[in-house]
Amino acid sequence: MGLQAYLILAAVVFGIGLFGVVTRRNTIGILLGIELMLNAVNINLVAFARFSGSEIGMIFTVFAICITVAEAAMGLAIVILLFRIRRTVMADHLDLLKG
Amino acid sequence: MDSGLLTLVALLAPVAAFLVLATVAPLRRAGRPGAYFSILGATVSLGAAVTAWRAYDGAITRMVWDWLPSEGRPLATIGVLADETSTVMLVLVALVAFLVQVYSLSYLSDEPPQGLGRYYTYQSLFAFSMMGLVLAPNLLQLFICWELVGLCSYLLIGYWYQKPEAARAAVKAFWTTKAGDVGLLVGIVMLWTLSGTFDFGELRVMVAGNELPLAGLSIITFCIYLGAMGKSAQFPLHVWLPDAMEGPTPVSALIHAATMVTAGVYLLHRTSWLFALTPDVLMIIAWIGAFTALLAAVLACVQDDIKRVLAYSTVSQLGYMMAAIGAGFSTAGFFHLLTHGLFKALLFLGAGAVIHAVGSNDLSRMGGLARRMPQTAIVFIIGTLSLAGIPLFAGFLSKEEILGSVWAGGLVGPFALLMLVAFLTAFYMFRVVFLAFFGTAPAAARHHDSAHHGAHEHDPPAPMLLPLWILALLSMAVGIYSTFIGPGLVAVPEGAAEHAAPGWLMPAAVSVAVAGIALAWLTYQRRTINAASLASMFGPIRHAALAKFWIDDLFEHVLAAGILAFSSLVGWVDRYIVDGVLNVVSVWTVTTGDEMRTIQTGRAQDYVYGLAVGLLLLLVWARWSL
Repeated sequence: MGLQAYLILAAVVFGIGLFGVVTRRNTIGILLGIELMLNAVNINLVAFARFSGSEIGMIFTVFAICITVAEAAMGLAIVILLFRIRRTVMADHLDLLKG
Repeated sequence: MDSGLLTLVALLAPVAAFLVLATVAPLRRAGRPGAYFSILGATVSLGAAVTAWRAYDGAITRMVWDWLPSEGRPLATIGVLADETSTVMLVLVALVAFLVQVYSLSYLSDEPPQGLGRYYTYQSLFAFSMMGLVLAPNLLQLFICWELVGLCSYLLIGYWYQKPEAARAAVKAFWTTKAGDVGLLVGIVMLWTLSGTFDFGELRVMVAGNELPLAGLSIITFCIYLGAMGKSAQFPLHVWLPDAMEGPTPVSALIHAATMVTAGVYLLHRTSWLFALTPDVLMIIAWIGAFTALLAAVLACVQDDIKRVLAYSTVSQLGYMMAAIGAGFSTAGFFHLLTHGLFKALLFLGAGAVIHAVGSNDLSRMGGLARRMPQTAIVFIIGTLSLAGIPLFAGFLSKEEILGSVWAGGLVGPFALLMLVAFLTAFYMFRVVFLAFFGTAPAAARHHDSAHHGAHEHDPPAPMLLPLWILALLSMAVGIYSTFIGPGLVAVPEGAAEHAAPGWLMPAAVSVAVAGIALAWLTYQRRTINAASLASMFGPIRHAALAKFWIDDLFEHVLAAGILAFSSLVGWVDRYIVDGVLNVVSVWTVTTGDEMRTIQTGRAQDYVYGLAVGLLLLLVWARWSL
């Protein structure tokens, strides 16, 4: 399989993630979508690293996964706090910025 | 000491008094001590001025210091210029200033001490400014002092600033003279661009050497004349002087009779060699002068306020001086300036004594005062005879000099006007004399006096009487000296044209004056001519004169209407153009923002969606546009 197959896979995963982020009403679902989008990026990084023969991309991916974990923890913490304050985690209800 | 240094002393003594009074508040607020201080300055000044005049030996002395440095030579200098003209004028200014300050001590004795201190502070400043004007060696210093005397005039007219009329009159005087001053400033600057100097001496050398281009000089001299027109109350800028009588009477005597109002005449005399180059402007000056003289004389005939009669008389006499200058004989005008300064100050101070005694300016409240105030009556009549131009009195020769010079200048029209004015002058002045000093006091006034002012109606105390006698004796002395020894007071400058008055002139002038006196005597003393029927003979003129020929109204209405129209135009522009633009912009911002806010749903997902679609569109655009 060539580079293109990986890139298509990454694009598909990114698209699914974006779709999830935009359409899910539950905040947890949105977080999951974000994770998918990040993983699509990781796939890209690994694929480019493999096909260009440089390991830097792989190393960068390891960092990215670490940060993703931290981000997931932060995100879940925010969701829990949000639930405590607003008694809801539905994104539709969180429109304080409405103009 | 030479005369230059002495004139400098005369100039600096009042300013020292002014600075001390202005900065040392306790002295000023104490009133009388401040007044004594100011009088001390005036005394020193008078002594120095007289000594400088006596010491003047024909050599023009200049003491100048650089003021505005510039490349090569200084742009402007300040200092003193002592010559024939300035030293004798300096004596007049110092003398009248000194006498008026002494006189005011008694005249304003009822004033609160703070007011008196303020008055003397202004008086000192005025004396300094006027002397600075007289001694100015260049046009720039002259202009600065010119404005300073205008300021002092404003401050002193408005001395009783609680009185609305006084405050109004002060503002009117300030603005009217300012209108002329703009012309003077423009003229000075234009003259500077033409010649490159402000200095009288350098200008005179240029004129003598025919180095001054004649093109455009008429406009310059006319602009300078505009300044003189405002200060010396020439038609149509004469309207401020009668109103200026709202100030204390000594102020009228000093500023609005003897010194400041003559500044315009002095300026034209100072620059007569310049005006000689522009005969067309001189012609205008002569005609306006003669017309002003007649207009003011007619107005003086119908006034019932003793000070206003004198004010219009001053305007009229200034017209006389201007006519002589316009005829090309500025020395005659200057001679009349000096004699007029003496006897008009005398008349004003005499009127002040009368007002002080009667407690009113109104002629109908006076009458028979000669018996109760004999000394005042005598000096007032001396002043009146002087003004009427009766031989042996100061005004006689100078007036005849003016008539002769106007005749010699070939100005028949102005000459006829001035002869008529001579008649009217004698008439209205003796009208005042007969109404105020002879006849009987009106019953109402008598009753009033017996109740309140009976003790007041006597000759004033010595500080007021002494200046009156000094001025009266000087008026007579100058008249007698000039008649028998020759007009040594003002030497005709070398090169100036001499004129020989025709032999019939002197008898004609005197008989005209006597006729005026006789008419006044018949009307107001013997009452063989009914004053009312005499008035009705001149019905329309009298009516017009009572309305001041509507000149004040015209100014007021034209100016008021003009200013109102202009300000409503400015208001419209501000309201609809300036504010309009701002309002449209702000309304547009508000409505647009109102509509734009609906796309802000506040839901993060919508923003992410917008972001993704936007990015996609950007990518597509980047792909296809390349």
